[in-house]
Amino acid sequence: MVVIRFIFDSVREMFRGPREYWMWLLALSLVVLFGAWRYSEQITEGLVVTGMSDQVSWGFYISNFAFLVGIAAAAVLLVIPAYIFDRKDVKDVVLVGEGMAVAAVTMAILFVIVDLGRPDRLWHMIPGIGRFHWPVSLLAWDVLVLSVYFLLNLAIPFYVLYSRYRGKEPNFRLYFPFVVIAMFWAISIHTVTAFLFSANPARPFWHTALLGPRFIASAFASGPALIIITLQIIRKLTSYHVSQTVIDLLALIMTTALQISLFFVGAELFTDFYNEGAHAASIHYLFFGLGGFSSLKAWIWFALALNLTALVILMIHPLRQRTVMLNIACVMTFIGIWIEKGMGLVIPGFVPTPLGEIFEYAPTSVELSVAAGIWAFGILVFTLVAKAVIAIEQGKLSCPPEEQRYTL
Amino acid sequence: MSNNTGSGNGGGKFDQARRNFLRGIGIGTAAAVAQPAWGGQTFQDTFADFFQKDYRRMSVDEIEAALERIERKAEARYDVEIDCQNTPPQPGVVYGYAINISRCKGYRDCVHACVKENNLGRDSQMQYIRVLEMDQGDFNLEHSDHYYEPETVPVEGKHYLPVQCMQCDDPPCVKACPVEATWMEPDGIVVVDYDWCIGCRYCMAACPYWARHFNWTVPEIPAEEMNTNTHYLGNRPRPRGVVEKCHFCIHRTRKGQQPACMEACPTGSRIFGNLLDPDSAIRYVLANKQVFRLKEDLGTEPKFWYFSD
Repeated sequence: MVVIRFIFDSVREMFRGPREYWMWLLALSLVVLFGAWRYSEQITEGLVVTGMSDQVSWGFYISNFAFLVGIAAAAVLLVIPAYIFDRKDVKDVVLVGEGMAVAAVTMAILFVIVDLGRPDRLWHMIPGIGRFHWPVSLLAWDVLVLSVYFLLNLAIPFYVLYSRYRGKEPNFRLYFPFVVIAMFWAISIHTVTAFLFSANPARPFWHTALLGPRFIASAFASGPALIIITLQIIRKLTSYHVSQTVIDLLALIMTTALQISLFFVGAELFTDFYNEGAHAASIHYLFFGLGGFSSLKAWIWFALALNLTALVILMIHPLRQRTVMLNIACVMTFIGIWIEKGMGLVIPGFVPTPLGEIFEYAPTSVELSVAAGIWAFGILVFTLVAKAVIAIEQGKLSCPPEEQRYTL
Repeated sequence: MSNNTGSGNGGGKFDQARRNFLRGIGIGTAAAVAQPAWGGQTFQDTFADFFQKDYRRMSVDEIEAALERIERKAEARYDVEIDCQNTPPQPGVVYGYAINISRCKGYRDCVHACVKENNLGRDSQMQYIRVLEMDQGDFNLEHSDHYYEPETVPVEGKHYLPVQCMQCDDPPCVKACPVEATWMEPDGIVVVDYDWCIGCRYCMAACPYWARHFNWTVPEIPAEEMNTNTHYLGNRPRPRGVVEKCHFCIHRTRKGQQPACMEACPTGSRIFGNLLDPDSAIRYVLANKQVFRLKEDLGTEPKFWYFSD
């Protein structure tokens, strides 16, 4: 079976490399193990070891989840130019983008699982043996769209790589329909994640029609930021060809998306503050504090400063075209959006509570450690996937002719 | 309606005899086959717990077995013999509640009676009812004091607003649940199957009344304070990692008794009854008093009203 040989060879390629590569894998694995060890603490003691409470019932885990779904969706920004506009330079790296989507969805799902009070009952969601509250529950929707997106981003690259491995060109007509589905699906995962929050009139801070568009705009800024950095690392560490035109294209997309994202933030601020009503309590807490509590204030202003500075850099052409400045803007955008759409979005929804109580939240060391473990796991997944993708794309890894095959 | 399957209290003597018989067998088998392990549970019970179906899809026998396990678990964990029942909803009954806020003096007797009646975790300090203290002339919940502790209540110039689950007729929490672990019973009570909830807490985000609470830890209840009269959908001891809420004292009200909060209220501010009975006190209030509901604009149709003299 060539398929088995393909999987076998790919896995072998994932664990082949110089000493530095192994050190990198080892370091990531150690962080993963550390996170798993801290998670076992949460399993034994219960969610009481987190900083969450009845007042702020979602915290750092769900914040990272919301952010990572955006990163996953942003892979579409490579998929569209590659497959629809048939850009050769983008096509060369599109599989790397899809690998990133797989890693990001994996992390997003893990962040939801560690947030569950009863992970042992996860099977209750499986239709048939469990009860899947679809199409009513938005959380059921999110599980559905994320799972399918995960499969799409596994299946398409799998087929393309498998064809290359056999020395054949993938049949475009065969996989193009799936590419089109994946494009719309990318938008859907982040829209559904936004709707998960905006569907709640109980939480005025989230209950705005602008949340979906805001999610997409910010994802299309933070996603390219991460892809730009990653592609440069790949270019530096491997002999894989990454065209500068791809990075220029992503930088341009990112500039536009960040402009729109900040415009949306401004629109939100205006609507809430011009005639400040009770609905503005949460945003007031976020930006200025409420009743003497203001633990997110410094963070959100820091995020806003990062995003605005990044936008200035990106909007000035000579600056954006300088690699160092572009990279600074990318790091700023990534961190800025991570704060804004992570803790900055989730926590204020709970402050004040629907009964007007102000109760603050801060993640505990368990939450931070588990989160670090999940991030390391995602980076590990991406590293391994990218390693195999690059080898196959470069033609270094292909199916040997019949007579040279070793027995499996 | 699949939730009428239980027999519980309605089943009569035969049922109780059968239950005792089954209980005997259960303990006998457990002792013979396996040493208590798995946190005081036998392997069989742990296995059966894990694969237990959701309440609305369990057969009568499966519910019976689940009730037996709940009782055994309570004995192992709290060293108390409880009676867990499955009293079905009464036909032609939909419960409603009304509070006379001009009478409420903020004593919080309802809060404490509820904690005892419903076996709420003492260490976690969970409470289904919150009494909000506000200045006279102010009805902004954000200005309310949740933790007022004066020497005596009522305090001059303050008024009090007890808040608990409104048993909405279009409950957003039920829509939110991804596994249908929470639903509205035919008598209008929104219940949770604690053995089916996965603990995602999306319902808590969806509730506009902050009525849902999570077991961040295993609820601790002193053996001597345990209320042994329990219901599957109500006040039975809860596991860790699941959501719970006010259930209008389902183990009492389905037998025609008052909820504990109403019984405990020293001012007679609380009126509970059958909304479908034109002669009930609650219907009298709705017909003759100026009533209002909290956050009515959200369209969740609470079955919980406030009025004043």
